[in-house]
Amino acid sequence: MEIRVNPTRMELNRLRKRLTMAQRGHKLLKDKRDELIRQFLILVRRNKDLREHIEKELSEAFAKFLLARAVMPAVNLEEALMYPTKMLQLEVQRQNIMSVYTPKFDWIEQESGGTGEASIYPYGFLDTSAELDTSIETLSNIFPQLMELAEVEKTVQLMAEEIEKTRRRVNALEYVLIPRLEETIKYITMKLDESERGALTRLMKIKDVVRAKM
Amino acid sequence: MSTYKIAVIGDKDSIMGFKTIGVDTFPVTSTEAALDTLKKLVAENYGVIFITEELAQGLQAVIDELHKRFLPTIVLIPNSKGTLGIGIEQIRKNVEKAIGADILFRKEG
Repeated sequence: MEIRVNPTRMELNRLRKRLTMAQRGHKLLKDKRDELIRQFLILVRRNKDLREHIEKELSEAFAKFLLARAVMPAVNLEEALMYPTKMLQLEVQRQNIMSVYTPKFDWIEQESGGTGEASIYPYGFLDTSAELDTSIETLSNIFPQLMELAEVEKTVQLMAEEIEKTRRRVNALEYVLIPRLEETIKYITMKLDESERGALTRLMKIKDVVRAKM
Repeated sequence: MSTYKIAVIGDKDSIMGFKTIGVDTFPVTSTEAALDTLKKLVAENYGVIFITEELAQGLQAVIDELHKRFLPTIVLIPNSKGTLGIGIEQIRKNVEKAIGADILFRKEG
């Protein structure tokens, strides 16, 4: 389908300018899309590995926690976990990957009360079971990875969104706008050529008529 | 740059351990309660919210909407009964959305 325009030289120039612009935009967007996909693939592999690893570790930690719950009276357990030794504060920075803004997490651990190195266990060892210790240890060990997972997963989500958008734009340019412009340009040039030929034959005819009269 | 907090939503048995490492825990049992808590946490300044897959099941629409935002980040975690595979499924969907075909998990299915 072509765009409806007056077949004039002015219109032709305007369309040609639009076409070069569209082609430039198309090339740029295509490069953007390719680079986004490249980075996306690296990240998504990391995401998959991290998630598989974490799901395994967390399930283990939870299973141990369940055991701890089973061997300890519920009251004791709640009492043991009532006052955590740490407070977490999250700092978020913006990262720009190919004009996609993604968060980058840093966290600060604050020890509530006490000075210096507090243990990760907020309880004494008297009333608690060993399963609780291992469960909490695993949890605290995988926490950095958990935060990385959060970061990577968010980045992957935002990038998937952006890639989809970019791909739509590339396709719209490639399959709709550019062919239409080309078609219209062709239509105008043909129309102009035709009227030029028309004018030429008219001139020749008139010349013949004028000559015959002399 | 401002500071944010980290939260975890889930059933009590699964998330109690998180308290010891300094994450705010919000034990809920029903989907409705989870939705209320999630809404509250989004309004406050929580940067990362962990939520168990079991509860996330019923909140898929809300979570999908939040995935498009810069913050907060919603991360699905398994609960004490093990994983439901929703987290991995989410990754697969992302790949499909971005690439148009599932190239990461092709071997499995």
